[in-house]
Amino acid sequence: MAMEPQSILQASAFDLGKALHKGETTSREICSAFLDRVEAVDDRVGAFLSIDPEKVLSAADASDARRAAGEELSPLDGLPVGIKDVIAIEGESLTCASRILEQFKSPYTGMVGNKLLAAGLIPFGRLNMDEFAMGSSTENSAFKKTGNPWNSDHAPGGSSGGSAAAVAARQCPWSLGSDTGGSIRQPAAFCGVVGLKPTYGRVSRFGLVAFASSLDQIGPMGRSVEDVAALLDVISGHDPMDSTSWAGELEPASVQLHMPHEPGTLGLPREYFGKGIDPEVREHLDKVIEAYEGLGYTIKEISLPHTELAVPTYYIIATAEASSNLSRYDGVRYTHRSEKAADAVDLYYQSRGEGFGAEVKRRVILGSYVLSSGYYDAYYKRAQQVRTLIRDDFLKAFKEVDAILTPTTPTPAFRIGEKINDPISMYLADIFTISVNLAGLPGLSMPCGLSSKGLPIGFQLIGQPFAEGALLQTGLAYESRHPFTAEPEL
Amino acid sequence: MPEYEAVIGLEVHVQLKTASKMFTDAPTGFGQPPNSLTNAVVMGLPGTLPVLNKGAIEQAIKFGLIFGSEIPEVFQWDRKNYFYPDSPKNYQLTQMDAPVCVGGEVEIELAGPSRNQAGEHKVIHLDHAHLEEDVGKLTHFTKDSLVDYNRAGTPLLEIVTKPDLHSAEEAVALLQSIRMHLMSAGVSDCDMEKGQMRCDANVSVRPKGQEALNPRAEMKNLNSITGVKNAISYEIKRQTRVYEKGGTVAQETRRWDADAGHTSSMRSKEEAHDYRYFPDPDLLPVHFPRDRIEELQAELPEGVFDLQRRYEKDFGLPYTLTSVICYDHELAAYFEEAMTDYGKNPKALANYVANELQRERSQAEGDGYLPMESVRLKPDALARMVRLIDEGKLTKQLAKDVLVQMFLSGQEAQSVMDEKGIKVEEQDAGELEQWCRDAVAGNAIAAQQVRDGNDKAINSFIGPVMKASRGKANPQAVREVLLKIIQEG
Repeated sequence: MAMEPQSILQASAFDLGKALHKGETTSREICSAFLDRVEAVDDRVGAFLSIDPEKVLSAADASDARRAAGEELSPLDGLPVGIKDVIAIEGESLTCASRILEQFKSPYTGMVGNKLLAAGLIPFGRLNMDEFAMGSSTENSAFKKTGNPWNSDHAPGGSSGGSAAAVAARQCPWSLGSDTGGSIRQPAAFCGVVGLKPTYGRVSRFGLVAFASSLDQIGPMGRSVEDVAALLDVISGHDPMDSTSWAGELEPASVQLHMPHEPGTLGLPREYFGKGIDPEVREHLDKVIEAYEGLGYTIKEISLPHTELAVPTYYIIATAEASSNLSRYDGVRYTHRSEKAADAVDLYYQSRGEGFGAEVKRRVILGSYVLSSGYYDAYYKRAQQVRTLIRDDFLKAFKEVDAILTPTTPTPAFRIGEKINDPISMYLADIFTISVNLAGLPGLSMPCGLSSKGLPIGFQLIGQPFAEGALLQTGLAYESRHPFTAEPEL
Repeated sequence: MPEYEAVIGLEVHVQLKTASKMFTDAPTGFGQPPNSLTNAVVMGLPGTLPVLNKGAIEQAIKFGLIFGSEIPEVFQWDRKNYFYPDSPKNYQLTQMDAPVCVGGEVEIELAGPSRNQAGEHKVIHLDHAHLEEDVGKLTHFTKDSLVDYNRAGTPLLEIVTKPDLHSAEEAVALLQSIRMHLMSAGVSDCDMEKGQMRCDANVSVRPKGQEALNPRAEMKNLNSITGVKNAISYEIKRQTRVYEKGGTVAQETRRWDADAGHTSSMRSKEEAHDYRYFPDPDLLPVHFPRDRIEELQAELPEGVFDLQRRYEKDFGLPYTLTSVICYDHELAAYFEEAMTDYGKNPKALANYVANELQRERSQAEGDGYLPMESVRLKPDALARMVRLIDEGKLTKQLAKDVLVQMFLSGQEAQSVMDEKGIKVEEQDAGELEQWCRDAVAGNAIAAQQVRDGNDKAINSFIGPVMKASRGKANPQAVREVLLKIIQEG
């Protein structure tokens, strides 16, 4: 019995896993359907930086062979997963969409890669992104533009724009992104998919190319809450190779998802519903609030008073860490090396000058400045203090509410080119997602409809530390009643 | 013209003895093929993260415990940012704000009036000691430079003294004291030739009596004891001369040129790097368990000078022996084992260890000493040899050859004696008596001294009798016969 390629593309990852288990399809059939889809639509979407069909199919055959041999398999064995080109898997590229790593292939597999492979998941191509995850539109990729599958004149968001667009365009059932200030949730909202930024420390960063070490997390993106929960469980867990990894107990989110629970209290931070929000976004959020009320949730207005400090705080901490993290790309060992260098010092200038794009340079310069002698106390140290205040705001709020409901972005997807020359307005696109990283909390973005121009709108649920299960339950409550079924035309 | 004094502070870098590197499980080592002791973390590949080496932290804490530093409740890691090809990440993980050891004092011994006499002891105060990772090694050629990252990431302890030192000799004594103590506790091998111990010196000169410190010169990477001594001496003279001529000394970093025998300016204060320090976000602050610190304290060997004082007090060993045995932890351990085995005659044991054993080790090795682990003469065998002497079954004179054979073959003394037919023979009573009578007749004054109650005077007869017997007489028997003859006389 074989599944039609079209129904493979339409199915959730969870259902594809079930179909594999029942013998209704094979990994080869599934991977072939998605490879054909990539072939058919990616010249318009531009989500993939690279994909090796032969490698994918040989991994699919290996999965099918395991299944045929009657081995005990994970329920996800044989499913393809798209990978943002910032996550290390041995033998695969790891360009971070940067010229400086254009030729680099990872000689090692990080923890998330190892967990994917151990679960029998098949790495499915390398997905486009803003260079070194710096940006909100994927326009900062050194290699290609990614179009929003709903309207290719519009940005897919960023930095995990490729990961969001590929799922929205049905080029893979689900994908992994990374989120430092909203890089999973904002593109998820722009592309109409579900995206989760886990609690800091839930997912190992070993093998994730660092942008800002104290903020970065890898997270799942998919078409349903259930899929996102399942992929989260694959990649979660303590890793001794990452000292910031959480060593405590973690309850599997996909188990908790289906446990009985009472509707709780959702907080609406008044600072997130002020001016600057697109009226259509506001309208959709009001409907989401009504929907939750209808489901029996209590809605409560709360205050997160330090919200307006989040963006400047973020751009100090993130750029400071980035300026140091990106120092290793220097033209000496494995990166792009300039042919023009006159001496050792010039080798740095030329190689980095040629290898990095404008936004990366801007952030490295800013970060170096805030760390420099005489400015450290006024900027970096101060920003860390404000960061504590921001986190305390949330922890205080969680004494009154179970989760916090906000828009994911102030507007639907903006046009490509609209903000690229205005960094400040681009930075403000992340205004609702940044605080969550500063506070180290889990954040979930869910689609809740289309704008009048046919662009997706998303809302965000912010949860308590390591309470992804409860957060996803809240998301599932909405999704079950108001499934997002619209499809982009490609 | 005023009299000037030097004020010196040292920064001593010591590679800690660990199997693996500071932040990853790649092995440490010296003299291996270039870039063979590396992995993804050492090379600073994208996506890699540091993981603390607990062993390195324990070694650093041991340092603090040896020298009485405070071990703070929390210590943390900072990044020191600078671009240089020997640094794979272009930042070095170090401890800027919260080091592993705070304060402490190092007892030093200055050179005595002669090699056989103890020198003055002083206490030098430490500011702190912090952990960091070592960098790689560059080799420059005419056009290209090559880099070897084998050393990169090796745990390094930077020991920073207070400006407590006032001469090149004191600086050298400090290095020697640190070295002896760290080798004794197995914290570091401190081999300067292998770069396991390196030193930066901050030197300034001021008129005697002035409290304020004058601008200092920092001399980097002094990598031998002679280098430290010569560089500091040179710099003191240079600065003194500048002041004597009415000039001023600039605060700057200077390079010591060992071949030319002088220092020259490297960079001024204005050109100093801005390292953009900030707390490393990849490593959490360390709360090291206090009970483990107590365990480490209990495992530490006795301090070198404490051991020396104990040997001198309890065993009556002279400085000439303790300065050899106690200042070399391997000899101290050897002596201690022999002493534990036999429990008697520490002087004889110490003599054999400090003199005979060392002489044989030196003869066995063209340059330096045969490594202790290759020495076949074990401490318990030496103890049994001394017991044979004390029991009169072997004489000191015969023991000389026996010991050489034991050293070469690893045999027991008894087995060497059996093999070579060496034994203290039962002497023909008449022959022995005749030798004794000859000896007594030859020294009437000493004979009278013995009769007057000076027991020690009898020793002056024993030598000649032993000589006459070609070393084969039993000294105990000789002593008895002599006494009888003298008392009769």
